[in-house]
Amino acid sequence: MSHDHSIDPKSMPKDPSKATTEGKHKFMGLWIFLGGETVLFACLFGTYLALRNSNAGGPTTQELYGLGLVFLMTVLLLTSSLTSVYAIYHMKNNDFKKMQLWMGITALLGIGFLACEIYEFAHYIHGYGFTFRSSAFGSSFYALVGFHGGHVAFGLSWIITLMVRNAKRGLDLYNAPKFNTFALYWHFIDVVWVFIFTVVYLMGMVS
Amino acid sequence: MTDEMSTRKINSFQKQKNKQEMQRMVVSFALMIIFTLIAFALVMLEVPSTYVIPIILLLAFVQVGFQFFYFMHLKDKGHEVPSQIIYGGVFITVMVALTFTVITWW
Amino acid sequence: MGMTSAQKRGFGATLWDWLTTVDHKKIGILYLAGGGFFFLLGGLEAVIIRIQLMSPENNFISAGLYNEMITMHGTTMIFLAAMPILLGLMNFIMPLQIGARDVAFPFLNSLGFWLFLFGGVLLNLSWFTGAPDAGWTNYAPLSIQSPGHGIDFYIMGLQLSGAGTLMGGINFIVTIVLMRAPGMTYMRMPLFTWTTFVASILILFAFPALTVGLFLMMFDRMFGSAFFDAALGGNAVIWQHLFWIFGHPEVYILILPVFGVFSEVFPTFAKKRLFGYTAMVFATFLIAFLGFMVWAHHMFTVGLGPVANSIFAVATMAIAVPTGIKIFNWLFTLWGGSIKINTAMLWSLAFIPSFTIGGMTGVMLASAVADYQYHDSYFVIGHFHYVIVGGTVFGILAGLHYWWPKMFGKYLHEGLGQISFWTFFVGFHLTFFIQHFLGLMGMPRRYWVFLENQGLDTGNLISSIGAFFMSFGVIVFLINIIYTTIKGKKAPRDAWGSGRTLEWTISSPPVHYNFKQLPLVRGLDPLWIEKTEGNEKMTPAEPVDEIHMPNGSILPLIMTIGFTIASYGFIYQTGNKYWLIAVYSGIAIALICMLTRSLKDDHGHHISKEELERVGD
Ligand code: HEM
Ligand SMILES: [Cu+2]
Repeated sequence: MSHDHSIDPKSMPKDPSKATTEGKHKFMGLWIFLGGETVLFACLFGTYLALRNSNAGGPTTQELYGLGLVFLMTVLLLTSSLTSVYAIYHMKNNDFKKMQLWMGITALLGIGFLACEIYEFAHYIHGYGFTFRSSAFGSSFYALVGFHGGHVAFGLSWIITLMVRNAKRGLDLYNAPKFNTFALYWHFIDVVWVFIFTVVYLMGMVS
Repeated sequence: MTDEMSTRKINSFQKQKNKQEMQRMVVSFALMIIFTLIAFALVMLEVPSTYVIPIILLLAFVQVGFQFFYFMHLKDKGHEVPSQIIYGGVFITVMVALTFTVITWW
Repeated sequence: MGMTSAQKRGFGATLWDWLTTVDHKKIGILYLAGGGFFFLLGGLEAVIIRIQLMSPENNFISAGLYNEMITMHGTTMIFLAAMPILLGLMNFIMPLQIGARDVAFPFLNSLGFWLFLFGGVLLNLSWFTGAPDAGWTNYAPLSIQSPGHGIDFYIMGLQLSGAGTLMGGINFIVTIVLMRAPGMTYMRMPLFTWTTFVASILILFAFPALTVGLFLMMFDRMFGSAFFDAALGGNAVIWQHLFWIFGHPEVYILILPVFGVFSEVFPTFAKKRLFGYTAMVFATFLIAFLGFMVWAHHMFTVGLGPVANSIFAVATMAIAVPTGIKIFNWLFTLWGGSIKINTAMLWSLAFIPSFTIGGMTGVMLASAVADYQYHDSYFVIGHFHYVIVGGTVFGILAGLHYWWPKMFGKYLHEGLGQISFWTFFVGFHLTFFIQHFLGLMGMPRRYWVFLENQGLDTGNLISSIGAFFMSFGVIVFLINIIYTTIKGKKAPRDAWGSGRTLEWTISSPPVHYNFKQLPLVRGLDPLWIEKTEGNEKMTPAEPVDEIHMPNGSILPLIMTIGFTIASYGFIYQTGNKYWLIAVYSGIAIALICMLTRSLKDDHGHHISKEELERVGD
C-alpha cells in the first residue's frame, strides 16, 4: 500500500478524483448529500408555492420581478457551470494550472451572480418596502431564494479555500476528489437555480 | 515534482476521449442556453398561461436533465446508486410541490 | 490510537480517547450511553404524567408543567432516546456485518454523535427556564404563541441533533454501498444491514423536511417572518405538512432497524435460515416507499378534502401488506426450528403479537372517516405506543441482549433479563391496552385532568399501575448492566454458538480494526456456510498486510460546542442583542474548526504488519 498521494506519471489514473478509497467515498457521499438537498429545496419551493400570493397588500409577483436581471443571473450561473466542467476536464488531463484558471473563472462568475442577487434584494427592500417580514409571500420568497444564495456563498468560500490551499502543491490524489466534489455541488446549485427562475420568476410573471 | 507532472504527457487515447466528452458538454451547454432563451421569450411574449406554464416547466426539467446526465455524469457507469438517490429525491420533490399547491388551503 | 487495548492508561488519556474517537464501535457505545440516558429521562417524565393521570382532577403537577412534561416526553423519547440508541446499534454492528474496518466518514460520524448529544442537552437545559409546551408535534400557531423560550429550545435543540442524524444517515449509506467485504453482494447482506440501509435512506429524505420546518419556525419566532402568521397571509397548515412529511417516515426510521434486529435474532435462536429473505428485503423497500406517501393520515381532520383524505387513507392501509409479509416470514422462520428461549428471544417473541395489535389499530386509524372519532384521543396514544414500545423498544432490548456479548465481551445475566422482560411486558400491556378504550370512551389526549365518574377512573388507574411495572423492569435492566459489567460471564467470538453472520467471526469485543484480514464471503449467512462445511474460521480474502485507519480528532467536539453556543445566542438574542455576540463567536468557532479540517491534511495512520502478527486477531 502506498502512503503518498502524488500522481504517478507512468500510470495516470483515468479519473484522479476517484483513484483513492477516500476519493470514492467523497464522490458517493456528496451525491447522497445532494439527494437530501433535493428534499430541502423541495420543501422551500413548496412553501413558496403555497404562499406566493399571500402578499398582505404588498406588491404582487408581477409588480415586483424584473426579467432582465434574472436573465443575466441565469447566464452567469449557467456559464459558471460550464467553466467548472472545463476545470474538471483539465483535472482529468492532469493540467493543474488550467484547472485553477477555470475554477477561478467559475468563482468570479459566482461572485457576479451573488452581487446581482444582493442588488436585487436591496432593490426590493428599498424600492418596494418588500421585506422578509412584510408578508408571508415575502418570507417565503427570501427563504427560498436566500437559501439558494447562501449555497452559492458557501460554494464560493469552499472553492476559494481549495484553490488557495493547493495553489503551491498542485494536483494530487488527495486533493483531486475535493475539487471534483466541489464541481458536483456547484452544478447542483445551478440545477436549483433553473427551477427558481422557472417557478419563481417566470411563473410569477405569468400568473 | 508537481511542476514536471503538470507538463507531462498522458496517454493520448485517454486525452482524446476526454476531449470528445468535452465537446459534448459544450453542445449541451448551448442547448441549455437555448432552452433558457425560449422560456424567457415565451413569458415575455405573454403566451397564455395555460400553455406557457407546462412548457416552461418541461423546459426546466429537460435542462436539469442535461445538468445531471452530462455535466454531472449521471448517465455514466458507476453512477447507479447516485442516480437512484436523485430519482428518489425528484419523486419526493414532485409530491411535495403538488401537495403544497393543491392541499394546503382548505 | 494505534496501540493495543491491553495497556493500562490514566483517566485523562482514556477520556481524551473517547472525546476524540472516530472508531465506529466507540461512537456506537457513546450513542447507546447518550440515548440510554435520555431514555431514563423520558421515562421519568412518563411516570410523572401517569401519576398526574392516576386519579381524576389530580393536582400532582400544574397544568403548565403538564404541558411541558408531555412535550418533553415525546420529543425526548423519539429524537433523543429511540433514534440514537438505534444509531448506536447500527454504528457498532453494521460495519462488522459487512466486513468493514470502519465507516466511510469516521470524522463525520463523530461529529454526528456530538451534535446529537449537545442538541439533546441543549433541549433539556430548557427545564431551568421553562421547557417547550406545544406537544412533540409543535403545531403552529400554538407554538408561535407560546411565551418564553421553551419552543426556541425545541427548535435549536432539534436542529442540532437533526443535523447529526442526517450525517449519520449519509455515512451509513456510503458505507454500505462502498465498503462491503469481498463477496458480500447486496443480496448476501444480513437483514439488519439492509434495514440500516433503508432507514438511512429514509433519514436522508425525511430529515431535510424537518430542517426546513424548524428554520421557518425559527424565523417566525426569532426574526419576525410570517410563514405561520395568518394576519400577514401565513398558513399554519404548512407546518403540519412539513412536520409530517418528516414525521411519518420518522416512525419507519424507528421501526425498520428493529425489524432487522428480529430478523437476526430469530434465525440465530431457531437455528434456521431466515424464511423468505428476498421477500423481507423487498418488503423493507416497499414499506419505505409507501411510508413517504402517507403523511397526511395525521391530518385527516384538518380538512384537506375528501379526495386527498381517500388517497392517503388507501396508501396508509397498503402499508399493512408488506408489514404483514414480514410478520408471516418471522413466524415461518420459527416454524419447525430448534428454538432456544432466552431474553433476546423473549423480547422478539413478545414483539410479534404486540406490534401486530399496533398495526391493526393503525389500519383502523387509517380509515379517514373513523379517524374523526379517534383523532387526538387516547386511542391514538394506545396505537403508537403499541408500535413504538411494542416494536422499537422491544427490538432495542432484544438487540441489546443479543449483541451485548459482542459489544462488551460479556453476557447479560439471563435471570435478571427475564425478570425485567416479564415485568416490563406485563406493565406495557397494562398501561397501553386500556388506553384504546379510554380513547373510545372520549378521553382526549394531552389533557391535564379528567373528571370523576365519567367511566375513566379505573382505566387510568390501571394504566398508571402498568407504568410502575415498566419502571421496575427498566430498573432491573440497569442493575443487570451493572452486574454484568462487574461479574458477567465472558463471551467467546460466536457468543451464542449459532451465529450466522460476520460479526460472530471476530473477537468479543472486536479489536479496533475489526478484521485482521477481510473475510471472503461465499453466500448469505457466511459464518453458517463455513460451519456447515466444517470450517472453524472464515477464509481470508487478503494476506496479512498493514491496515490503514483514520486518526482521532477533537475537532468534531469543538465544532459542536461552537454550534451550541451559537444556538444559545439565537435563542436569547430576541430579548437582548448582546446575545448576538454568542451567535457570532459560536459560528466563528465552528468555522475555524471546519477550516482547520480543510487545510490540515489528515492521511490517517497505518497499523504495521508486525504489530498485527504480534497481536493475533
Ligand atoms: C400498519 C401500519 C400503521 C398504520 C396503518 C398507521 C396509521 C396511523 C394513523 C392513521 C395515525 C394518525 C392517527 C390520528 O392522529 O388520528 C397514526 C398515528 C401515529 N402512528 Fe401509526 N400507523 C402504523 C404504524 C406505525 C408505526 C410502525 C409507528 C412507529 C414505530 C407508528 C407511529 C405513530 C405515531 C407516533 C403516531 C401519532 C403521532 C401523533 O399524533 O403524535 N405508526 N398511525
Ligand atoms: Cu404516520
